[in-house]
Amino acid sequence: MEDSTYDAIVVGSGISGGWAAKELCEKGLKVLMLERGGPYDHIKDYKTAQKNPWEFEHRGGTTAEQKKKYPVIHRGWAANEAVMDGWANEQDCPYTETKPFTWWRSYRMGGRSILWGRQSYRWSQLDFEGNEKDGIATPWPIGYADLAPWYDHVEKFAGISGSIENIAHLPDGHFLPPMELNCVEKDMAQRIKKEYHEKRHLIIGRVANLTAAIPGRTKCEFRNRCWEGCPFGGYFSTQSSTLPAAMKTGNLTVRPYSLVKQVLYDKNSKKATGVEILDTETNQTYEFKSKIVFLCASTLNTAWVLFNSATEVWPGGLGSSSGELGHNVMDHHYNVGASGSVEGFEDQYVFGRRANGFYIPRFVNLGGDKRDYLRGFGYQGGASREGWGREIAELNIGGDFKDALAEPGKWTIGATGFGEILPYHENKVSLDKNKKDKWGLPVLAMDAEMKENEFKMRKDMKEEMRAMFDAAGIKNINTWDNGHALGHGIHEMGTARMGRDPKTSVLNKWNQVWDCMNVFVTDGACMTSSACQNPSLTYMALTARAVDYAVSELKKNNI
Amino acid sequence: MERRELLKMIALLTGGVMIGSNALLTGCSPDKGNFKKNAVFTQQDQDFLDEVSDTILPATQTPGAKAAKVGAFMTVMVNDCYEEKDQKVFKEGIAKLNAACEKMYGCEFMKATVVQRLALLVKLDEEAKAYQAKRGDLPAHYFTMMKQLTLLGYFSSEPGCTKAMRYIAVPGHYKGSVPYKKGDKAWA
Repeated sequence: MEDSTYDAIVVGSGISGGWAAKELCEKGLKVLMLERGGPYDHIKDYKTAQKNPWEFEHRGGTTAEQKKKYPVIHRGWAANEAVMDGWANEQDCPYTETKPFTWWRSYRMGGRSILWGRQSYRWSQLDFEGNEKDGIATPWPIGYADLAPWYDHVEKFAGISGSIENIAHLPDGHFLPPMELNCVEKDMAQRIKKEYHEKRHLIIGRVANLTAAIPGRTKCEFRNRCWEGCPFGGYFSTQSSTLPAAMKTGNLTVRPYSLVKQVLYDKNSKKATGVEILDTETNQTYEFKSKIVFLCASTLNTAWVLFNSATEVWPGGLGSSSGELGHNVMDHHYNVGASGSVEGFEDQYVFGRRANGFYIPRFVNLGGDKRDYLRGFGYQGGASREGWGREIAELNIGGDFKDALAEPGKWTIGATGFGEILPYHENKVSLDKNKKDKWGLPVLAMDAEMKENEFKMRKDMKEEMRAMFDAAGIKNINTWDNGHALGHGIHEMGTARMGRDPKTSVLNKWNQVWDCMNVFVTDGACMTSSACQNPSLTYMALTARAVDYAVSELKKNNI
Repeated sequence: MERRELLKMIALLTGGVMIGSNALLTGCSPDKGNFKKNAVFTQQDQDFLDEVSDTILPATQTPGAKAAKVGAFMTVMVNDCYEEKDQKVFKEGIAKLNAACEKMYGCEFMKATVVQRLALLVKLDEEAKAYQAKRGDLPAHYFTMMKQLTLLGYFSSEPGCTKAMRYIAVPGHYKGSVPYKKGDKAWA
């Protein structure tokens, strides 16, 4: 017989869920972590991580069968032989695209913390005050000062490598030594600095890879195969970092194959009493009780759980009293940028495979700069010497062709923008009760798109990168804009936004559901705006902050 | 070209390994087409593909494509990863390549000399490039498929990675600038 009563239940085992579990356990609470997918053990289950490239039967390609099975994943760049098992089964778990929406899901222990891009940037006050200054959506209930100590807290544990830059709108953090820009990127950085009078910066990416060992984890070995799972624990994931810390306390119970159907709500006490789960292997339902619940199921699945909870009180679900639950879906739009070739540096090359690139922080709508759209974008890119896939003039077939391809080609450089998407009330997800998943549960319908502000920004994202490359002496510049369906940025945010007023937001400034104060939402669902920085570090900080508050409230018997 | 650049860059950004490059797989377009394992290859076909690949990338100071078993690799890729219409083009390509050889030299490809094979494939490569440039929605040229699979198969093989190029499984550190002189091999 399973224990069914805990101090806290954490729904989800990804970046946010892992942090919630670790912090709650370390504060002495007995915690149950629920993961809808199966186990995925650190190192032991990283089955491909030690294979040589030639040991992959299709050398990274995916099969016809996989293309059929994972049509959504094949829309993007992440369909690779090495990681196909990491993606959620799209046949078992369909969703409805009222408007095109690319939903990248990983249903197994650790969630997307295994597959994530690891880029880790703080937000600044500029980002938190945006909504209020622009008079859009609803203001954030917190500012940078509220989160800064929690950024410190999570950075120290997660291990973020980066350089100190003193850029006001991209605050420095508690960094491990930075990775190195390569020779071409360094030159580009100098040229941009000079050309734009130190108002634009090209810096090394801030990334959750260990450039120095920290207790229990080995440093990054520069294999650039992070998403297969790192046998060295060289980057932050639930498995390498938060899970072992939580387990060490003896306070954590993990239950895989546990799809949370609803938060159980008690009308009389106006509190959650626990959750109901469906065991995805046995189809049995179980109830687990707890004093508090942390929803970290990933943005859209957190919304799904809320839609299905307390419907006898609120037909729209738990947290729907404001009318904002499921609304204000955001993402970062990308797939727009430029690339070109570099003259010179033929006498230089690199050593090692750096799982990182450069970052150009936002520079529009800052200081004196004013554009015909709101907010801004950053760029991520890299410079490298061309490989064997290139064209070689005059050589097409034969030994000389082969030998030429076996040498590195000329240097090229490229970057894609990552732009802020505004929170529009009409961008929403809802339940599609006409479509069911493998377990007979209603699925999500996605109805969200980019609008004029984003389209104007994209033009700028393309042209500014072209201009910077041009100013830096880059030749043969190509630009592209491949369009962007929401979700494709894998930074889905919103649906249960934080705010100052229960009439216009789902969560308060401590990530508590206004309608049910012992339920906390600390994944991307809580976001009130999206900024343009990769969001995971901010989820970590918000989660740790919310746990600290939740436990102190519990001790005071306030929740 | 743009898309290939983008893929490469994103792989870099995300730390995703690009074993070979999916962008090079002409026959692998998702979201459309039918897939069926209907391209049955005989040992003869495989030997033929070995010779085609070895003409495209022959042994020099380093092993050639045949030594890297590229013929067998091509059959696996076409069977497992190609859409049905592309499988058909590829399979028929074997006969077409032989017919082109008959026309040029009066013998089938396997009987042609090394010099003849090279001249034939140089010509087919030009033909394929011209076709690719204006093919629109039509399937890729069979020789484009063979050449792409040869490049991917060879440069991601053990001899390709470790003999033609240099491969270090665990580099251990990163340096953004090391001296390079012409002739030094690329990192696999």
